[in-house]
Amino acid sequence: MSELSAMKIAEARDALAKGEVTSVELTEACLAEIEGADALGAFAHKTPDKALEMARAADARIKAGDATAMTGIPLGIKDLFCTQGVDSQAASRILEGFRPEYESTVTRQLFEAGAVMLGKLNMDEFAMGSSNETSVYGNAVNPWKVDDRALTPGGSSGGSAAAVSADLCLAATGTDTGGSIRQPAAFTGITGLKPTYGRVSRWGIIAFASSLDQAGPMTKDVRDAAIMLQAMAGHDPMDSTSADLAVPDFEAMLTGDIKGKTIGIPREYRMEGMPQEIEDLWAEGRKMLEDAGAKIVDISLPHTKYALPTYYVIAPAEASSNLARYDGVRYGRRAELGQGDGIVDMYEKTRAEGFGPEVQRRVMVGTYVLSAGFYDAYYNRARKVRTLIKRDFEEAFAQGVDAILTPATPSAAFGLGEMQNADPVQMYLNDVFTVTVNLAGLPGISVPTGLDKSGLPLGLQLIGRPWEEGDLLNTAYALEQAAGYVAKPERWW
Amino acid sequence: MSIDEKTAAHVAKLARIRVEEARLPELAQEFNTILGFIEQLSEVDVDGVEPMVSVTPQRLKRREDVVTAGGDAKRVLSNAPDAREGFFAVPKVVE
Repeated sequence: MSELSAMKIAEARDALAKGEVTSVELTEACLAEIEGADALGAFAHKTPDKALEMARAADARIKAGDATAMTGIPLGIKDLFCTQGVDSQAASRILEGFRPEYESTVTRQLFEAGAVMLGKLNMDEFAMGSSNETSVYGNAVNPWKVDDRALTPGGSSGGSAAAVSADLCLAATGTDTGGSIRQPAAFTGITGLKPTYGRVSRWGIIAFASSLDQAGPMTKDVRDAAIMLQAMAGHDPMDSTSADLAVPDFEAMLTGDIKGKTIGIPREYRMEGMPQEIEDLWAEGRKMLEDAGAKIVDISLPHTKYALPTYYVIAPAEASSNLARYDGVRYGRRAELGQGDGIVDMYEKTRAEGFGPEVQRRVMVGTYVLSAGFYDAYYNRARKVRTLIKRDFEEAFAQGVDAILTPATPSAAFGLGEMQNADPVQMYLNDVFTVTVNLAGLPGISVPTGLDKSGLPLGLQLIGRPWEEGDLLNTAYALEQAAGYVAKPERWW
Repeated sequence: MSIDEKTAAHVAKLARIRVEEARLPELAQEFNTILGFIEQLSEVDVDGVEPMVSVTPQRLKRREDVVTAGGDAKRVLSNAPDAREGFFAVPKVVE
């Protein structure tokens, strides 16, 4: 493993500033790692020429004394982000060959800060999945391995998680609609932050469920998450839901001091059939925060049980609307048409061959719950339950809770293909601990805190108050310090 | 509420996704599994609860009603599967 590609953002930033390393050296090290890691399926589109060009510009900028914390840092970018002139297809066949004429706000901000793009990362098609098995590029594979099985890196940001965990890049962008940053982070032993809804602009990110989608950093530790969020966040006139709020200095808020903070433990997250190891991990996390001086209180979030069914109405409903744009007219792939085929044939054939089975299923479920006669029974009811789910959190925060500690996932990474014969709902259960956070619009972070008995990483989730990412990151930092997690996957690829 | 093949075919039609006849029973079955899961929501007392319209309490920003972009047909069309003479081309719509 290259020492350079294994660096954290903060380490690289300091080494770049001192002139101990150049961005070109860091970038070349990452590109070499990527070349040797095709077995992981993490990078779907590699952009080595662009990367080196950006690295040279970053080195010039550092020399000129005009660097930011992200200048010269090589990143992987999830395929969901539109990157100008570079393939951006949301891991879908329907966007084959799509090269955007514009740059997403997040990537524009990162590149303006001087970050380097190594390429586009694998993911579940349109971010719909929890195992990176719905991608048109094929599976991304977890760098962690304990027997002869190939394990999932989680999803939908599976390529991002695999790339960061295997040290193919210093950090990566992810997006999270129901857990798509936090679950893969937990499965691969890295840190993943979903910010408050509205903290990061959604402009130029291929939309899945617009009221839930939020981009965030996937990094090697909490400090890096703070540094990278800083560069991604901020108000954007191009996204009417982006918040016009000042972005604090997140890194400066990492003191590790959480004395007097109140941490809530929601009793409804103790799921029936939850593995003992997850229970134990959660209890250890609670103890670590208590030892660091926090006050631990039991809380109740009574509507937790309804979060997944609510999500599986709202997310498909929004997806069916968002994905209506893929019609074979303006971009991407159009199906081959037969003699006499009309425009409806064109739509139907294009969408049947362009969308994979999971995307088709969700678009159709969304169409159904929005259709005349069912709109009230399903969609409106789900929006009302969503109000109640958010209210549960508001009541906990009103009682003085600063952050909430939960497991990140109900298990460690499972084998690729193991869920193939399960019904779709079984796969959806992966997001049971994360999906509430999207429905309530809150910030949540997954921090690796231990290994299971077979040696696979496990993570805990902390949920914060809206707009309090700084405070949340600091609590996560205290947890990280206490857990002392340093394990890395052994190279087999 | 159980979905039969006829409903499944209707939903596929509304979603503009061609589904072969032979796949309809399987599709109806999948819908029923998912809808069965969603059905739990009917247990929740939602009397007097407002449906959520925005997860963060903000007023959407407004801007002046003026032209801010445009005149860029070439770039707009650059990814079209079929573009001719400055237009998106599609099969005949009007007989």
